[in-house]
Amino acid sequence: MTDADTLLYLDGVTVTFDGFRALNALSLVMTKGEMRAVIGPNGAGKTTMMDVITGKTRPDTGKVVFDRDTDLTRLDEPAIAALGIGRKFQKPTVFEPHTVWDNLLLALEGDRGPRFSLFARETAAERRRIEAILETTRLMDHRHKRGADLSHGQKQWLEIGMLLAQEPQLLLVDEPVAGMTDAETEQTAVLLQEINRTRSVVVVEHDMAFVRALGVKVTVLHEGAVLSEGSIDFVSDDPKVIEVYLGR
Amino acid sequence: MLEVENVDLHYGAAIALRQVSLAVAVGDVTCLLGRNGVGKTSMLRAVVGAHPISAGSIRWEGQEISRLPIYERARRGIAWVPQGRDVFPLLTVKENLETGFAVLSRGERRLPDEIFDLFPILKTMLRRRGGDLSGGQQQQLAIARALVMKPRLIVLDEPTEGIQPSIIKDIGRVIALLRAKGDMAILLVEQYFDFAQELAQTMVVMDRGTIVLAGRREDLDEADVRRRLSV
Repeated sequence: MTDADTLLYLDGVTVTFDGFRALNALSLVMTKGEMRAVIGPNGAGKTTMMDVITGKTRPDTGKVVFDRDTDLTRLDEPAIAALGIGRKFQKPTVFEPHTVWDNLLLALEGDRGPRFSLFARETAAERRRIEAILETTRLMDHRHKRGADLSHGQKQWLEIGMLLAQEPQLLLVDEPVAGMTDAETEQTAVLLQEINRTRSVVVVEHDMAFVRALGVKVTVLHEGAVLSEGSIDFVSDDPKVIEVYLGR
Repeated sequence: MLEVENVDLHYGAAIALRQVSLAVAVGDVTCLLGRNGVGKTSMLRAVVGAHPISAGSIRWEGQEISRLPIYERARRGIAWVPQGRDVFPLLTVKENLETGFAVLSRGERRLPDEIFDLFPILKTMLRRRGGDLSGGQQQQLAIARALVMKPRLIVLDEPTEGIQPSIIKDIGRVIALLRAKGDMAILLVEQYFDFAQELAQTMVVMDRGTIVLAGRREDLDEADVRRRLSV
């Protein structure tokens, strides 16, 4: 049991690979409706943390409690996704031969078995849902374009849209703005803020201008544990953070 | 002289380098600094030919090399010590070193004594398998293997990453010795300021795929450099 406002609680999570401690008794609390930015040098444990939350990696010790009393470490990846935790990996993985519209349709909740694939037409409700996602993800004018013909930034937005189609409570987003133009990066900060009005979000990023633009609490990971936590100004003034970035 | 001019590099549709320029003179250490994810390794991949560039030019010893394959650039004296070292784990230390022979003519194919002067530990480990070495020893092996090629440009990607302090000192000393010999251009990527500052004549700081600060070490404002490396 956790506090009613707590959405996600990592409690002393340790993960080792061949003796290397990727996460070292990591503890972290996120409240409902929060957006959190996670930064840290290479090997700090950012990706492993996402892997543990989504069930890709099972921790050696520790608990991951989601939404009051669900221990995620006991569930597998599909079960965790079905609970409402969506993950966006760094590289865009949209269906390139399909249109933007069809990518979103495929991602909508519901039966996607062979009967659907052969006979189904989208319902009016599904069309409204797709329209709304197109608007959020700034893809209204590109609905008929194939995934392959989008810019890099638009592909990332489409994939975020595909996550939204699954109505997640919590979105995990790994380096969304890597490889984006400056304009796309700015748009992405606004996009995530809009999404955050109705959902919780964890963003892992290296781009500090982007993290600053998000204007949310920042967690700095180092050697598998939380090194510092607070506003971007607080962590960037923290001597411990300065030392690990300038280091040795 | 290595001259990189206005280089763009993409991974698929994602842009990693935008209009990047830098130069490395023979006898100099140029250090490329920046936080993780800003494009340092992409820059090295462009120079050695591990990834094609989408715009700009790369000249080495006066000739355009940006369309040459990686092995042809190696034959022209460009050696790469990659991040993560890429030592062959099942080959012995000696065999790992001998892979550097690929770019040499038959008559030149011997292991120079110099590398064992620089890395005495390797002499005692010639028959060990590469995979059985510690991280620091593997790093020394990777640098030695690059030197077997008799390079005129050596490109080192975070040689101190994940390595214990005593070996970091050894590696720093070796880079300083190579610089002092003066017959090699050295391009060093580092995430950490102090190590870089001790070695580099020229510092280049990257952020978001572009160069945000560059100059001779003595001309750069240290506080400014530090600010751009921190968060």
